[in-house]
Amino acid sequence: MAGHLLDHLVRFGRTLRAAGVPITPGQMMNLVRALEWIPLGDREAFYHAARCTLICRHEDLEIFDRIFEWFWRNPLMGGQLPPGLLSTAPGPIRRRENRPRPAEVGHPPSGEPPTGNPEAPPVILADRAMTYSPIELLRRKQFERFSEEEIQLARRLMARLRWRISERETRRLRPGPKGEHLDLRRTVRRSMRHYGEWVRLLWRTRKHKPRPLVVLCDISGSMERYARMLLHFLHALSHTRRHVETFVFGTRLTRITRCLRHRDLDEALREVGKTVMDWSGGTRIGECLHVFNRDWARRVLGRGAVVMIISDGWDRGDVELLQREMERLQKSCYRLIWLNPLLGIPGYQPLTRGMQAALPYIDDFLPVHNLASLEQLAAHLEQLPARRSARRSGLARRIPQGEPE
Amino acid sequence: MFPRSIDEVMEALKVHRYIADRGLATAIFLALRLGRPLFLEGEPGVGKTEVAKVLADLLRTELIRLQCYEGLDVHSAVYEWDYARQILQIRMLEASGERDEVRIRQQIFSPAFLIKRPLLQALEAKNGRPPVLLIDELDRADEEFEAFLLELLSDWQITIPEIGTVRAEQPPVVVITSNRTREIHDALKRRCLYFWIDYPSFEKEVQIVRARIPEAPERLTRQIVAFVQELRRLDLYKLPGVAETLDWTAALLALDQTELDPAVIDETLGVLLKYQDDVLKVRGEIAQDLLTKALLRAEMPSGNY
Repeated sequence: MAGHLLDHLVRFGRTLRAAGVPITPGQMMNLVRALEWIPLGDREAFYHAARCTLICRHEDLEIFDRIFEWFWRNPLMGGQLPPGLLSTAPGPIRRRENRPRPAEVGHPPSGEPPTGNPEAPPVILADRAMTYSPIELLRRKQFERFSEEEIQLARRLMARLRWRISERETRRLRPGPKGEHLDLRRTVRRSMRHYGEWVRLLWRTRKHKPRPLVVLCDISGSMERYARMLLHFLHALSHTRRHVETFVFGTRLTRITRCLRHRDLDEALREVGKTVMDWSGGTRIGECLHVFNRDWARRVLGRGAVVMIISDGWDRGDVELLQREMERLQKSCYRLIWLNPLLGIPGYQPLTRGMQAALPYIDDFLPVHNLASLEQLAAHLEQLPARRSARRSGLARRIPQGEPE
Repeated sequence: MFPRSIDEVMEALKVHRYIADRGLATAIFLALRLGRPLFLEGEPGVGKTEVAKVLADLLRTELIRLQCYEGLDVHSAVYEWDYARQILQIRMLEASGERDEVRIRQQIFSPAFLIKRPLLQALEAKNGRPPVLLIDELDRADEEFEAFLLELLSDWQITIPEIGTVRAEQPPVVVITSNRTREIHDALKRRCLYFWIDYPSFEKEVQIVRARIPEAPERLTRQIVAFVQELRRLDLYKLPGVAETLDWTAALLALDQTELDPAVIDETLGVLLKYQDDVLKVRGEIAQDLLTKALLRAEMPSGNY
């Protein structure tokens, strides 16, 4: 192969990587080998060959197309990607550069455009008298009252919380003395020691695995006060369990599972900030759940998933839609948990229209306003009942009155 | 037998009544040439499984299919011993006075008592041609199986403790499909050539229906495809795939329809839409609108839309 073509290929791979598409040397090798079979000058075949060797995720195809188009128009040019090449791409595409996004997102930016002000975000009350709180006090303290130091302390406490989500029986069998399936293979092999006599029967039993967890977290204006602590919480959660899918929503639904994979919290939050477009705006829970049910439910709700919605239930969208989508969501998951930070406030009644519409379809309605409530949640997740609770039939389509269970 | 160019693949697929675009043909061609598995993703009913069947026809070789499900294990994917026959054999040996444990063991754990499951079968070329191995709906299997598969795809050998290692002289042609009900690990996908099968364009879908159901009148075919294409623009839980288009065409033929009309659409909508919510949404007014658009589009000459 001509030397300069190889150079171009290597730089092409580097450009893709820079745009957040992970490409391994093995994949580059595949492409080089593929080119031996492609007629020189057949640009279309080259495009398809590069696409099927370098890309292995559906969501990366679009960004590949953009970069391919740009790069091979003049591969000698090289250098930086032109700004705007990636930014018009719809959807949460992972990228690591040239996004003029409001970046500092340990604390989501408030309404006004960020002017790079170093001031503390409105979430945090300034440190006053309290420079240190005993842990017990901190556990009971509401998130929105945390001082900067307390947040750091809470972060460490949260990382130490153990999240053991209740397990489900899988269909995979493993050897087990109390099993209900005869393990013929081992029984026969064992019987060889006794001249073919089945002295002992050996058994297999179902393997248990933790249920997948799917979190949908509200980041609209009314939730802003809690957003920072909740993001810390989501990050801690993603790193204690393997199967956690995380989405945030306000006026639109964004998947942040991949952003939260960064071990480093600040790095992860920076990624979240680049991906999420609707911080602190309005809420359209119904629409967002609809998008979730349509585009994601089939992909992430298999295998008996537990769903947690974190929201105060302030909804400016279509209430009937919300009700319909809640019903659908409840029916397609194992357990639907709603965490509401307001529930920690004494005397709070879930009277907002959105909350009222959602309540009949919620299996557990729990507070999330301080560390103690998170501990309570962890304990609850650990001992979910082995059978799922009754599902409401679609005929009961009426906004019911009254208290949660 | 092995195609020599991308165009040859396209032609061969067409002969076998599979209408593919050039991207898919390129991926298939390269998968054959580089000896890499082909990983096909896409919405249900866009013809992923069909690719493997057509490939087996085209290469004039056997198709071995492994349908995945949760808990799929070595016993059902790779091999199993025929226990009933083993037990009988032990009794017979006993009756003939055989007492030597080692000899009994050698007898009953021999290839004659081995039941070969798809993955083991796939290691053996029949009449010199490696088979096509279809691993269907891999997303339904669990991670344990995925890990096993990753190993198999890299060295094409299987170890059976009692017999030894079986190695493929010629690795099979592998097609893996996934409906994305779960993310397949990147490590596995990177070993493969990846192709996303999209819903076909109007003209392509007409070609597909004509290739598969040639007895359908052209006018009806165009109307059906135009209607389904309109349906795919709606916000539905599950969009109809090409498989549904073909089912619907067959259903309308069975009902002796020569043309789409509102009544028959409302009656047969269940063939296209698989969720009650979707059916309720479309039936009636929306179906009417779609029909109007579809009839217009069906009449337009190709390429003018």
